[in-house]
Amino acid sequence: MSTQSQYKYTKPLPEMDPEDRPYWQSAKEHALKVQRCDDCGAWNFPPRPLCRKCQSAKLIWTKVSGRGHVYSSTTQHHPILPSYTKDDLPYNVSIVELEEGVRVISNVVGCPPDQVKIGMPVEIVYDDVTDQVTLPKYKPRAN
Amino acid sequence: MGNLRGKYAIVGVGETKVGKLPGIGTLTVHVEACKKAIDDAGLKVSEIDGLLTNQPLHDPFRTYSVVVAHSMGIKPDYSLDLGLGGATPVAMAQHAAMAIDAGLATAVVCVHARNQASLHLLPKQGMGVTRAYHGGVRDGCEDFEDPYGVMSGPGHHSFAAARHMHEFGTTSKQLGAVAVATRKHANMNPSATMYSKKLTLEDHQKSRMIIEPLRLPDCSLMSDGGAAFVVTSAERARNLKKKPVYIMGMGNHQPFASVMDAETLTTLGGAVSSKMAYKMAGLGPKDMDFAQIYDCFTITTLITLEDYGFCKKGEGGAFVEGGRIEIGGELPVNTHGGLLSHAHLEGMTHVTEAVKQLRGGDVEPERQVKDAEVGVVSGHGGYASTHASLVLSNRPS
Repeated sequence: MSTQSQYKYTKPLPEMDPEDRPYWQSAKEHALKVQRCDDCGAWNFPPRPLCRKCQSAKLIWTKVSGRGHVYSSTTQHHPILPSYTKDDLPYNVSIVELEEGVRVISNVVGCPPDQVKIGMPVEIVYDDVTDQVTLPKYKPRAN
Repeated sequence: MGNLRGKYAIVGVGETKVGKLPGIGTLTVHVEACKKAIDDAGLKVSEIDGLLTNQPLHDPFRTYSVVVAHSMGIKPDYSLDLGLGGATPVAMAQHAAMAIDAGLATAVVCVHARNQASLHLLPKQGMGVTRAYHGGVRDGCEDFEDPYGVMSGPGHHSFAAARHMHEFGTTSKQLGAVAVATRKHANMNPSATMYSKKLTLEDHQKSRMIIEPLRLPDCSLMSDGGAAFVVTSAERARNLKKKPVYIMGMGNHQPFASVMDAETLTTLGGAVSSKMAYKMAGLGPKDMDFAQIYDCFTITTLITLEDYGFCKKGEGGAFVEGGRIEIGGELPVNTHGGLLSHAHLEGMTHVTEAVKQLRGGDVEPERQVKDAEVGVVSGHGGYASTHASLVLSNRPS
């Protein structure tokens, strides 16, 4: 999925700091990576300086499957910022649990928001919203 | 733990008008709330040597506790700005008691005030919700939320509501029962923002969705206003103007930093925090005459009632129905109207209301919980990530 870059994207973008820049870099390369502990194997998200299980600093950005299921799902009906217009509403906001066990907040796209259910299998889809930024989103997948 | 049980008391409370107070500065509302609480205690400003603040996020200041203290002529020996979101006011009572016990202060004012309703910041184009609504302050996860159009607090709590519905079959009508009960209490409280606005379950069910499954009346108010309370030793409290309300139990727990790394969204920090507070107090949920439960959203009340042991996990939906949490019911909850219908001052008025109920006669007669001797107050905040609990009583033992 890509967005034409001739119009200006006005919705919020990640500001990116040293802790989370590799995540966004991997999204841009359409090969999403999440921190994995080289000592205990635990996956860590959101990104952090130390492993939350064993406090090791050996966290390696590791490619994830991009498959998971919806852990919680909501439908946004209220325009939260001026950059969200009537045409954007309603839209889905979900917590997706990846097969690796980490949970990410994202939008489930590719189906009407009221069809997104908890437990639904999903897979990653990359939305290149600007030349610089790609947002990992998720779409329904066959189980 | 347990050595502070009954040793410290809340001796003064102050509340400003709430609702929309255009043209009044944030600092002014803070000072007014502090002054009212100090006067209520029968203390002089010069007798206050500690001050705790919870700076308004939409209008942040540096070293805020010092700014507020000196705005009213207090030169504090002990002052701090605490940042646990909506758990802060309850945590303040704990920190005030600890500071006095440590010999750092003798009388501590705890205050929160805000001008969120009138000073509502217009988000800049491209700015995320988190920063736009929090005065530019980061929360650590905005990069993973704002690009997806997540609405900060309402978004996090709608995730919890959706999970509660999925795991336990909780319904929108049951969330509505919380909104209706809380509104009934506000309708008895002339100082409440929603004093003259009725709400029925039908109204709730017909109201618009904000973030499904949360409807408009499931969400708390945006408010201007302030409230404060004064903590001192139990010994000194007995010689002051008002009937002391003793701090019997305290608890505090922050189980995660983001909804993305929460093990569960249907049991929150209150489960641990309330156990700590009950243990210190030597009391349990059955002993409580009322509960002032932080209610940023109806789902928060419902989950916290379960976490505090008033019913089993998953049974909160049935528990809040049938008037059980209304004044005159089994467990009156948020007798002032809560954040949903009184005002959203980060839960500061949950503390001041508990104190007024335990003094007896400080609220309208129809709102007074009959023979109230013990009550519990919850504070909850952040991304549903912070929690603090307080057991209060008008009897020191």
